[in-house]
Amino acid sequence: MAKTLEEKQYLVRFNCDTKSHLEVKDHDVCATKCPDKDCTIFCPADVYKWEGDRMFVGYEGCHECGSCRIGCPFDNIKWEYPKGGHGIVFRLA
Amino acid sequence: MSEKFDVIVVGAGPAGTSCAYTAAKNGLKVLLIERGEFPGAKNVMGGILYRKQMEEIIPEFWKEAPLERPVVEQRFWFMDKESMVTTSYKGLEWAQEPYNNFTVLRAKFDKWFADKAVEQGALLINETVVTECIVEDEKVVGVRTDRPDGEIYADVVVLADGVNSLLAKKLGFHKEWKPEEVALTVMEVMKMPKGSINERFNVEDNQGVSVEIFGESTKGALGTAFLYTNKDSINIGVGTTLSGMIKKKMKPHQLLEELKSHPMIKPYLEGAETLEYLAHLIPEGGYNSIPKLVGDGVMVIGDAAQLVNAIHREGSNMAMASGKMAAETILKAKELGEFTERNLDSYRTDLYDSFIGKDLKKYKDAAHTFEEHPVYFEQYVPLMNRAMSTMFTVDGTAKWDKQKKIMNSFTAGRGKLGVAKDLYRAWRVVK
Ligand SMILES: Cc1cc2nc3c(=O)[nH]c(=O)nc-3n(C[C@H](O)[C@H](O)[C@H](O)COP(=O)(O)OP(=O)(O)OC[C@H]3O[C@@H](n4cnc5c(N)ncnc54)[C@H](O)[C@@H]3O)c2cc1C
Ligand code: SF4
Ligand code: SF4
Repeated sequence: MAKTLEEKQYLVRFNCDTKSHLEVKDHDVCATKCPDKDCTIFCPADVYKWEGDRMFVGYEGCHECGSCRIGCPFDNIKWEYPKGGHGIVFRLA
Repeated sequence: MSEKFDVIVVGAGPAGTSCAYTAAKNGLKVLLIERGEFPGAKNVMGGILYRKQMEEIIPEFWKEAPLERPVVEQRFWFMDKESMVTTSYKGLEWAQEPYNNFTVLRAKFDKWFADKAVEQGALLINETVVTECIVEDEKVVGVRTDRPDGEIYADVVVLADGVNSLLAKKLGFHKEWKPEEVALTVMEVMKMPKGSINERFNVEDNQGVSVEIFGESTKGALGTAFLYTNKDSINIGVGTTLSGMIKKKMKPHQLLEELKSHPMIKPYLEGAETLEYLAHLIPEGGYNSIPKLVGDGVMVIGDAAQLVNAIHREGSNMAMASGKMAAETILKAKELGEFTERNLDSYRTDLYDSFIGKDLKKYKDAAHTFEEHPVYFEQYVPLMNRAMSTMFTVDGTAKWDKQKKIMNSFTAGRGKLGVAKDLYRAWRVVK
C-alpha cells in the first residue's frame, strides 16, 4: 500500500510552465553557510536536491505551498507563483 | 481591460468568493481574479466546512452544494506508539437539517461556490496572477496582473490571496511570516468504497466522521493529524508548525506514511488507494499575527490575514465571515462615496468584535506555549496512554497501588509542583 513520494507525485496533475517560478539566489550560500540544507528535508515534494556544489530545483513538481520561502534560514529562495493557470492543479481536495 | 470596477477581489477561495458574492448580490460591480485553472485548483483543506457561516451567505446551501457527508461524530485520538486514548461525541441531531458541519472536497466546492458568485453578477477571471496592487498617492487603486495589458482599476481591492499573502506583504501590511506562524500540512485523498467507510466508521450512507489525532502522529511536535470520511473516499493528513518540522528534521511525506502505517490507523485504510497527494500551509500565528487589515482602497481577509483558529481547526468559516464583513463595509463606504482607510475601518472593528476576534484572542498564547513547552505533546500523551493501560490491565495489583504508580509516573522527573505548573499553564492558554 505504501507509495513512494515519486509515485504519489505521478497522481497529481501539473500544468508545467517552461520557466521556473523558484530560483536559488546564491548557490554559494547553500554550499558554504547552510550545512543542514533544510529545504531538501522539509519540502513536501522533494523539489530541492543538493548536487554537491549547487542546488537542483525540480520546480515542475512544486505544490506552491510556500514553505521553502519562509523556511530557508538565509532568505535564499526567490519565490513567485507560476504564470496564471500553470503549476499544480488539484482535482479533488 | 480599461473599465473600472467597484471591487476587485483577489483569490477565489472561501474568503474571496464570499466577499464577491455578497458585494455582487448587493449590486456592486465585482471582478474576482483567480490564478488557478479554476477556483479550487490550488486549494487544500482537511475538509470540515461549517454550516453556520456558509448559511449566512447562501441559506440552505446544503440542498445544492457539492458536499460529501454531514459529520455526525467527532473523535479525538491521543496516540502513543501502540495504543491510544480516545474520546468522542456522536449525535444524530447533526445528521439532519440544519446540520452542524460537512466534509467537502475543495476542488469541487470552490468551483461551485465561485459559480454562485458569478450568478449574482460577479465577473470571474481564472488563470490570472495578480502580481501587485497599483498604488497612487498612497492609495490602492487597482491591480497589476501577469496578463498583457493586465492593469485593472477599482474603488477597493480585497486581498483574499490565502496564506502566503504576498500582496499584503508587498504593501508592507506584514513582514514575511516566521516558520512558527505557519503549519506545513500534507494529506492524501484515498479511495474507499462507501460500504467499507460505513462499516469501519460505524455510520450510515449520509453520515460522516471526523477524527483529530494527537501525539505520536506528529512525533510530539506541535501539530495534529486528521482522518475525515467523504462519500467514497477519505482524507488523511498531518501537519506541524514549519518550525517544528525543521527542528525535528522531519519529512512531511514520511510523517504521513508513518501515520498511515500506524497500527491504530492501518486497519481503517485496508485496501484504500491514494488518489491525490496535496501539500499546503495553514496560517497558525493566531491573534498576534493578524496583520494590518485595512488601508486606503484595500482590505485583507481570510488566510491572508491569518484568520485561523488552529485549536478548533476553523479556517474556512473565518474566511467566509471575514469576506462577508468586508463586503458589507464596502457597501457602507459606497454610500459615503469614499473608500479611505477611515471609511473602511469598520471592517476591522467588526472583525475584532465578532467570534473571529474573540476566539483568536482567547487562544492567542496557546500555540506559542505548546511550542515552547513540548512536554504536552511529547510526554503527556504517552503518559495518558500508560496510565490507562496500567489501570485497565488486570494483573492482581490493587487499584490503590496502581493509582500511586500512575501518579508517580506523572510526577517522575517533574515533581508534583512541575505537573501542577504544566497543568496550570495549559489551562491558562485554553481556558
Ligand atoms: C491541510 C489543511 C486542512 C485544513 N482543514 C480545515 C478544516 O477542516 N476546516 C476549516 O474550516 N479549515 C481548514 N483549513 C483551513 C482552510 O483551508 C483555510 O482557512 C481556508 O481555505 C482559507 O480560505 P481563503 O479564501 O482565505 O484562502 P484560500 O482558500 O487559500 O484561497 C486563496 C485563493 O487565492 C488564489 N490566489 C492566491 N494568490 C493569488 C494571486 N496573486 N492572484 C490570483 N489569485 C491568487 C489562490 O489560488 C486561492 O484560490 C485547512 C487547511 C489545510 C491546508
Ligand atoms: S535552506 Fe536555503 S540556504 Fe539552505 S540549502 Fe536550502 S536554499 Fe540553500
Ligand atoms: S513551495 Fe513547497 S512544494 Fe514548492 S518547492 Fe517550496 S517547499 Fe517545496
